[in-house]
Amino acid sequence: MDLAFFGVQLLNGLQYGLLLFLIASGLTLIFGIMGIINLAHGAMYMIGAYLVWDLTLRLGNFWLAILIAIPIAVALGLVIERLFLDTLYKRDHLYQVLLTFGLILVINEAQRIIWGGDVHSVAIPAPFDASLQLTDNLQYSVYRLFVMGVCLALAGVIYWVIRHTRLGIIIRAGAVNRDMVEGLGINVRTLFTLIFSVGVALTAFAGMIAAPLTSITPGMGDSILITCFVVVVIGGIGSIKGAFWGAILIGMAETFGSVLIPSIASMVIYLIMAAVLLVKPRGLFA
Amino acid sequence: MLHRYPKRVAVIMLVLLAIVAIFPLWGPALFGDQSDFILEKLTLMVILALFAMSLDLLVGIVGLVSLGHALFFGLGAYTLALASPDFDAASLWWMLPLVMLVSAVAALVVGLLVIRTKGIFFIMTTLAFGQMLYYLISTAPFAGGTDGVFIMFRPDVTVGETALVDMSDPHTFFYFCLGMLVAGFLFLRWLTRSYFGQVLDGIHDNEHRMQALGYATNGYKLVAFVIAGVLAAIAGMLAAMQYGFANPAQLGWHTSGEVLMMLILGGMGTIFGPILGAFAYEILLYIYEHLTMHWPILMGLTIIAAVLVLPRGIAGLIIAPPWRRKVTSAEGEDAPDDQASVRPATQSKEG
Amino acid sequence: MSQEPILATRGLTRRFGGLVAVNGVDFDVRPGEIHAILGPNGAGKSTLINLLSGEIPPSEGEVLFHGKPIQGKSVRQIARMGIGRSHQKTNIFPRLNCLQNCELAARIHLGGVFGSWRSRQRAREVGERALEVLETCHLVHRAYTPAADMSYGEQRQLQIAMVLATAPSLMLLDEPMAGMGREETVQVTELLESLTDRYTLVLIEHDMDSVFRLADRITVMVDGCVLESGPTEQIRSSEKVRDVYLGRHHEEATA
Repeated sequence: MDLAFFGVQLLNGLQYGLLLFLIASGLTLIFGIMGIINLAHGAMYMIGAYLVWDLTLRLGNFWLAILIAIPIAVALGLVIERLFLDTLYKRDHLYQVLLTFGLILVINEAQRIIWGGDVHSVAIPAPFDASLQLTDNLQYSVYRLFVMGVCLALAGVIYWVIRHTRLGIIIRAGAVNRDMVEGLGINVRTLFTLIFSVGVALTAFAGMIAAPLTSITPGMGDSILITCFVVVVIGGIGSIKGAFWGAILIGMAETFGSVLIPSIASMVIYLIMAAVLLVKPRGLFA
Repeated sequence: MLHRYPKRVAVIMLVLLAIVAIFPLWGPALFGDQSDFILEKLTLMVILALFAMSLDLLVGIVGLVSLGHALFFGLGAYTLALASPDFDAASLWWMLPLVMLVSAVAALVVGLLVIRTKGIFFIMTTLAFGQMLYYLISTAPFAGGTDGVFIMFRPDVTVGETALVDMSDPHTFFYFCLGMLVAGFLFLRWLTRSYFGQVLDGIHDNEHRMQALGYATNGYKLVAFVIAGVLAAIAGMLAAMQYGFANPAQLGWHTSGEVLMMLILGGMGTIFGPILGAFAYEILLYIYEHLTMHWPILMGLTIIAAVLVLPRGIAGLIIAPPWRRKVTSAEGEDAPDDQASVRPATQSKEG
Repeated sequence: MSQEPILATRGLTRRFGGLVAVNGVDFDVRPGEIHAILGPNGAGKSTLINLLSGEIPPSEGEVLFHGKPIQGKSVRQIARMGIGRSHQKTNIFPRLNCLQNCELAARIHLGGVFGSWRSRQRAREVGERALEVLETCHLVHRAYTPAADMSYGEQRQLQIAMVLATAPSLMLLDEPMAGMGREETVQVTELLESLTDRYTLVLIEHDMDSVFRLADRITVMVDGCVLESGPTEQIRSSEKVRDVYLGRHHEEATA
């Protein structure tokens, strides 16, 4: 492997890791603040991708499609939160697992009814449908760089909100001790709805901007969900910082794993998780 | 009292067992040509009941929500498939101990890693380790990839040269599975009523307090994890014998989710509930599949409804029927011999 | 009473972030005494007891039990060394009945689950010990009642019974009378009084009457430090304590 190839893989790993961060941050926020384990999180990633594929086809414009898809995803999140999760906050994780697993079945099948079981793809949108000439024999997709930029910007926003706003204080307090939030005189109901919508919006948005880079398939939500679980376990539940570094680590591991040791590539991230659990059973940043 | 139920539970379960056991007598009359197919379905339900029961030990008794239990189910199936000779039947005399040994070692290794994690962490790590084996098996060159491995001959049970039972006969195999289920049930019933079971109840209620009393709770949880894993592997082995193949789907996380659904339908923490749950789930599945090709929607809605309105499942309905529920009984158990007599170590003899 | 202390702390300190909850505490518990820890809310009493039972590690200093440091040992190991504790929150196994709760506690003391599995003799000992502590705590009539169905006061008593069943050489009781009515408080005070000849107790309690009636010695804590430590009579008549603690306590009560 020469240096240039290595550089490209590094960028790919970084881009994948940043995308994972968007999804995992939603997952870890929803757990940290609301105490809910949401298995349907991956399904929302898939919905994001399908929405953008469908709307791009109808409208002929990727950016317009994203603009319309975001509110749809948020609305879906709101409906789910109000209809189902509302009853689950005080109950055992087991019921959350079961209910959200039921939701996966419903959402996955609804996807099949609406969009069918075929594999789709979205063209890389203008003006990013170009390649950057890095060296003489090496190009890199501008769209991938754009995705990286967007993810980093969003990570920056999340960081800023958590560090410098009142909401951030509540979120940090809630991740440590959830009962405290209620003691602070905050409308927990509204806070939960907000957090859940933001979490769903983040993962659905990740699905949207990832759509031009991956094939859009019915099962895409399940595999990304499990990868994000690994990210959250490594980083420590409820920790945004942990989600970030965990996501970068897993992004790199999967990318380089599939290049360097393809025979056990699919196992690499689990081996990393096992190693982390051995040393720090609560995750690296908990 | 815990793990003691009203008499009607025993009556209902025995009657159901009798009805299922004499299926070869009434099946053909009722279903005609379909009878063989129904017998196959029944065998599968019996096997899944054993699988669900093993998970109940973790989820219902100890309070450890595993979303990776299919790992052991699939492991049992693959152990059988890979250890069987290609063109001959294996002997159950060594196949069963082998399956138990392999799964016990696997459960010990996975258990050592996951048992230290709590709550949501446990859910995520069990799921992840389940997926790890899933990817290992579906990409490993020796395990037939996503197609799985076919099992040409069911293991036989011979003494010397004579076959004791003919496993390839559907009726024999059905009774064999039913026997395993009953044995598994009696074992778990004994276990939950033993001192060991009492400690598991204590951990479920308040693990921290158990530690403050001096119990090494992780050790107990690990033992329960291994027992549950071994029972699940036995169920997986039976399933592979029934299907005639081992397939990666058997150890995927959707299988883990399905068996959790059987628990909620049947009623967890009761050991007998999951048996009912496995039957209920398979019957519902059968009906839904006939109604629509989009049956997962119906199944998903069923589970959501169960979580919202019937969290104690069918067992809850039997133990405390809504029409005779007491006002403030915390568990809803109207234990028949509560105040009967003061005997120390009440759990030592009966049962 | 000039024996070796059963429990001693040396410069025990615990910080939470910038806050010093327990600050350089030295105090001794002598065998057979009831040692009460008094102090206003936030004085660091609960942190101290958590340090003594090993549930949180100290930032500095050490805890010596029978002259040996408990540092680095798990809660479970410390429990098995003979330090039994009850928690401020009611901490029982709600689905098990009263007797089973005590059996669980007795069994670990008498050799664990596997010990009693093997031996019928051991099983009988466990049952007898459990009944015995229920008798001590006046709960025999509730032996077969699920713990969840008992009254609050009974649950608190059961908690003490469970600590007794582990036959600890030292009992740490965190506000055993918290939230109890007058009558129940008197009952538990009598119960603790009846234990004095057999057990060593460290007691955190708000109820002044009970403390002065029960305690042989009292340590008064304010802001994480020991204000004064000594025999009950000395504390009762101490100017310092009256000024700083009783005065403040009084203000709090009337505020």
